[in-house]
Amino acid sequence: MPKKIVLPLILIALAATAAGAETEAPTAASNLVAIELVQSHADYVWTLVAAALVFFMQAGFAMVETGFTRAKNAINILMKNLMDFSVGSLGFWAVGFGLMFGATSTGWFGTSGFFLSDYVPGQDPWVLAFWMFQVVFCATAATIVSGAMAERTRFSSYLIYSLVVSTVIYPIFGSWAWGGLYNGGGWLEGLGFIDFAGSTVVHSVGGWIGLAGAVVLGPRLGKYSADGQARAIPGHNLPLAALGVFILWLGWFGFNPGSTTAANKEISWIFVNTNLAAATGSVLAMIVSWLKFGKPEISMSLNGALAGLVAITAPCYNVTPTSAIIIGAVAGVLVVMSVLFFERLRIDDPVGAVSVHGVCGAWGTLAAGLFNVEGFSLSVVGVQLLGIVVCFIWAFGLGFIMFKIIEKTVGLRVSPEEESDGLDFSEHGGSAYPDFQISAYAQK
Amino acid sequence: MKKIEAIVKPFRLEDVKDALANLSVTGMTVTEVKGFGRQKGHKEIYRGAEYVVDFLPKVKLEVVVDDEKVDQVVSTIGQAAKTGKIGDGKIFILPVEEAVRIRTGERGPEAL
Repeated sequence: MPKKIVLPLILIALAATAAGAETEAPTAASNLVAIELVQSHADYVWTLVAAALVFFMQAGFAMVETGFTRAKNAINILMKNLMDFSVGSLGFWAVGFGLMFGATSTGWFGTSGFFLSDYVPGQDPWVLAFWMFQVVFCATAATIVSGAMAERTRFSSYLIYSLVVSTVIYPIFGSWAWGGLYNGGGWLEGLGFIDFAGSTVVHSVGGWIGLAGAVVLGPRLGKYSADGQARAIPGHNLPLAALGVFILWLGWFGFNPGSTTAANKEISWIFVNTNLAAATGSVLAMIVSWLKFGKPEISMSLNGALAGLVAITAPCYNVTPTSAIIIGAVAGVLVVMSVLFFERLRIDDPVGAVSVHGVCGAWGTLAAGLFNVEGFSLSVVGVQLLGIVVCFIWAFGLGFIMFKIIEKTVGLRVSPEEESDGLDFSEHGGSAYPDFQISAYAQK
Repeated sequence: MKKIEAIVKPFRLEDVKDALANLSVTGMTVTEVKGFGRQKGHKEIYRGAEYVVDFLPKVKLEVVVDDEKVDQVVSTIGQAAKTGKIGDGKIFILPVEEAVRIRTGERGPEAL
């Protein structure tokens, strides 16, 4: 701006401020209110920026899952991810948020705040910011399952699952652990359960439902040879998978520190814990894969980063950075062993979702008790274990029942012909890569 | 006229093309193919499961030339494509009944 405009503008601004000051001289009390308002505004900004980061994790999941599965199913994976967020948002708006954070007399589920009825235009909109932050967490839990059930699930049946998880399975468990963050108050948090950002509430819930889905579906055609040996079905685009992991890692900087829902200095140590756990997880997973397979393997190393992130999610607020490294290290080892374990059980999990989110979610929740900065306490660890077990029973149990019902009614799995043709063609009438010739790479 | 079909290692393609240009062989068709002969495939590993990749990427070059040029073209391709290691490829010679230039309708060796 030219100098001859700047100077007059400054004078006008000063005059205006002086004129305003004459009518409202600040007092100590009004200063306090103003300061609190600035803090409140900062809380809103941080919470919503974090919500946007966590939203972007949907892109991360989409890319990881697409990259780790075959090209002929890419459209289907993307549709499931898109709908997990879209159907999930609507389900959580209508029913889920109320069940999770509504007023409760029992401590088992909420009974108010459905359809965002807590929001009254013109009044304090904190519920909107809080809802926005919570809905992206619900969508994260929902989309975890899409990876475990990839490449053989009927799309219409998956939509049913998506609605049920965001309206019933996720929010009710969530109310037990987090209801008190708003209008509710759950029985589990009442016992002192620690799960700051959701290793159990989000990741284990998603992981165990994914396990139920993979179990009910059965393995992909060709995954196991006649003598029970697991065969490789290589992902078609490892650059996409890696991009997805980096996006998730970035989004986790909203997931964990954002769970303060407040702009304060503590977010700095949550950031550091998050990063150290992810880094250690990927290094350890790489080392384990190197020792076991003879060469450092990319898909395991990528899973290792995610395992560290999932594991630090519960304890990110109450452990030291050094502990975060240990927690990430254990997760990195655990995830590789877990992937191989489930594969031996003939449970086909194309992207390792159950191992990354279910198993490492449980580990992270336990770690929040073991590495608690407030000191080791057996009763605290006991409550952590209780939460882990109850989550498994709830999520795997309800998930299994739901998928069995879907299987017996509308069907859960596509036919062998549809699976061989690829879901892009059979379920969606298209091809993700129309300009390219898609063909299988690995034989036996 | 004869069609010369050469299956060569992909990274030799440019050298083969340049060598043929020096013989004034002005046209050719190239396809990306997979295959194996005596060169075995290799093993890869994905998430702990080993798998075999038998079909290796190759490039198939097709050139149609006058009968007099065949020997020279075949030995030029062979020299340019050779590395001395297993998997260098093969050259096949097939008879061509007729050739047509689409734009002008010319037939026979003038169409090449």
